[in-house]
Amino acid sequence: MSQTPHVELRGVSKRFGGVEALSDIDLAIAPASIHALVGENGAGKSTLGKIIAGLHPADDGTMLVEGREVRYHSPSDALADGVTTIAQELMLVPQRSVLDNVFLGSEHNRRRIVTPSSMRARYAELCERAGFDLPADQVVGGLRVADQQKVEILRALARNARLIVMDEPTAALTADESERLFSVVRGLRAQGTTIVFVSHFLREVLALCDTVTVLRDGRLIRTGPAAEETPDSLVTAMLGQPMEVAFPPKAPAPGEGAPVVLSVRDLSRAGAIDGISFDVRAGEIVGLAGLIGSGRTEVARALFGADRYDRGEVRLDGRVLKVRSPRGAIRAGIAMLPESRKDQGLHMHHSIVRNVSLAHLGDVSHGGVLASPAERRRVTEMTERVDVRAERLGAWISTLSGGNQQKVLFAKWLFHRPRVLLADEPTRGVDVGAKRTIYELIQSLAAEGMAVVLISSEVEEVLGLAHRVLVLRGGELVEELNGDLATEDDVLHAAFATGAVAS
Amino acid sequence: MSVASALAIGRARGGQRLSVVRDYGIVMSFVALFVTLTATSDVFLTQRNLLNVLDQSAAVGLMACGGTLVIIAGGFDLSVGAIFAITGVIAASMAKYVDPGFALVLGMLAGLVLGAVNGLLVTVGRVNPFMATLASSIIIRGIALVITGGFLVSVTNRSFSTLGRGVAVLDVKWSIVIWLVFALACGFLLARTTFGRHVYAAGGNADAARLSGISVGVIRTITYAVSGMSAGLAGVIVTSRVSSSQADAGTGIELSVIAAIVIGGTSIMGGEGAIWRSVLGVLLLALIGNGFNLLGVNPIYQQILQGAIILMAVAVDAWARRTRA
Repeated sequence: MSQTPHVELRGVSKRFGGVEALSDIDLAIAPASIHALVGENGAGKSTLGKIIAGLHPADDGTMLVEGREVRYHSPSDALADGVTTIAQELMLVPQRSVLDNVFLGSEHNRRRIVTPSSMRARYAELCERAGFDLPADQVVGGLRVADQQKVEILRALARNARLIVMDEPTAALTADESERLFSVVRGLRAQGTTIVFVSHFLREVLALCDTVTVLRDGRLIRTGPAAEETPDSLVTAMLGQPMEVAFPPKAPAPGEGAPVVLSVRDLSRAGAIDGISFDVRAGEIVGLAGLIGSGRTEVARALFGADRYDRGEVRLDGRVLKVRSPRGAIRAGIAMLPESRKDQGLHMHHSIVRNVSLAHLGDVSHGGVLASPAERRRVTEMTERVDVRAERLGAWISTLSGGNQQKVLFAKWLFHRPRVLLADEPTRGVDVGAKRTIYELIQSLAAEGMAVVLISSEVEEVLGLAHRVLVLRGGELVEELNGDLATEDDVLHAAFATGAVAS
Repeated sequence: MSVASALAIGRARGGQRLSVVRDYGIVMSFVALFVTLTATSDVFLTQRNLLNVLDQSAAVGLMACGGTLVIIAGGFDLSVGAIFAITGVIAASMAKYVDPGFALVLGMLAGLVLGAVNGLLVTVGRVNPFMATLASSIIIRGIALVITGGFLVSVTNRSFSTLGRGVAVLDVKWSIVIWLVFALACGFLLARTTFGRHVYAAGGNADAARLSGISVGVIRTITYAVSGMSAGLAGVIVTSRVSSSQADAGTGIELSVIAAIVIGGTSIMGGEGAIWRSVLGVLLLALIGNGFNLLGVNPIYQQILQGAIILMAVAVDAWARRTRA
């Protein structure tokens, strides 16, 4: 086929601060196709999508849309060419109606006076084209995420989008919601819309897309027809090495003789988790797997005192523990690396030193007065231990790469050695090299006798590190698997409660 | 090196320049103004004039120190003007019966209690800080009006005026000494103690602070209490200086306080800032006023200049954040 590509990139590069996010990307996206961008977190797939949609300007290289060279400085430039995006975090006004949101910024008007009747007519048209229906007057904030996404799709269509970049659209969807989204996307393709589909769910990429581009560390590895790829071939391309090598070898699981450090019985919180019971021995890594919203994070937050629990008993080293706040949990020897390091874990506009010592200032102060040299010394020790790479300890966290930020978070919680480490998504948004360092760190902490609870959306990661895997579904613990013997399929079966995983 | 990457580096340097302006702009502006005034006015660089400037700034300066803690911790305090007024009224009414030192303590305590109430409204009551302190300031002024019946309260006890007019050491008035001590105490608290770190953490990212074991509500309440206390100190000092007080004293002074804090470079978004910055911010505003007087410029223009400086300070903060984020 020698038709003009809808979008063509030549030698496109992008840097953030000192970090090369994309380098020298050559890519052609065929019109009326579904084109996937895959790669590990931090590989540059989202950045590439954002450059196409005009959210980031490229530093180098040229971009052609429908054969014309373009230079977008803002999303509205891109929109003028019919290029738009549906971001990971949806951009909606939750207090307004579906109709208002669909026509946000492109309200039908006569002499600046809004004309609702013509918008309603157009809305019906759009719904028909998209192949689904939503009540136009419903307030968007009250819709489920899947339906909110549909509002975004309608909005894209209302603006005559011919190319839509979708960034991780299924991350917050259930399996059948995803399936319904796919049929909408296929319908759009049939009508001539081009879709750029950014995702790290390889199975859905292979099921849905025509072409797949693999990125690794900001470089384009290959572009090819989806029909010629398998999940394994994609993983190998994404990691640059066969999968086994990505995880350091596991230490054997501690035996019956190892003391139980953390014991959880019947932990429940209305609307979140129900009757969760498990033990973690010294030296053991227990993985919590399950879909987003299955209660994984809620278990960790309850144990850490971040959320109250209604029922249940937690024992630490055999003694009943009643924590009512993170403060109490920290004193008892529990540490939690929260799910979102940016929003919950770190102070982005404070220095490394301040972040690392924050939770344990008592260790480096006398009577409330800080002992600065001691603090610096301890922080230096910790950052060296976890291999933080930064020019100065006074640097703002926001200037570090995702991997180094995550290592700072580890340093913060190892500052005063905890008995129990709850690590929620410890490698989210982290590059491959730093991932490996973090895996080794988690294993060495367990080897030193810490009890580790590992939560991750990446099933391979849970299987690659944990001795035992607990699968949660709808707030209940539904399955316990052996981390050495279980397969990814076993975990997904339990998580989805289906005989057949969506493939 | 390609043009684009040269441009990228240029942009990065531009960003750095901007954050230098944000970090040290207040120092540069202060020094520049100081040198200019020294060169253009004979009177400016005299002990009498400078001590006068300091004395006139003490009230706003005290409240700016307390307010800095509140803003860094992620709060906002619009009630200091009202607390300033009511503590003055209380001190003036009590001056007959008690000695000046005790009146000062009483004013501080009243301010502290009112500030703590503000803090509880914001933290326990979860009222937006802007609205909570606006509403409380209206209530507090109302109470002051009830106490005074709308009249001026004159102080007849002459020893009471020592606080505002008396000299502590070497021609330096008590007001200046109290401000200095209070500023040093707040600065120490913020820069050198675990409490100070908790203040920065609470304002920089409340969620992360909570998950680091910090009681964000308690920390914020304390900052409001300190701010109230600073307003109490200022109220008593000014009442003592003018030997009278009334319910509408210091109307709008809370805005000067916030302006001085922001001009100093403390971020209105919370999590960043310092006491020395606010002290310089107060002095910069005072020097502008002083300069207009000494040089005989029409004071009408003073407001325009002050407004422009505030705008610039906030804009530079926002731009520097964006380039460094």
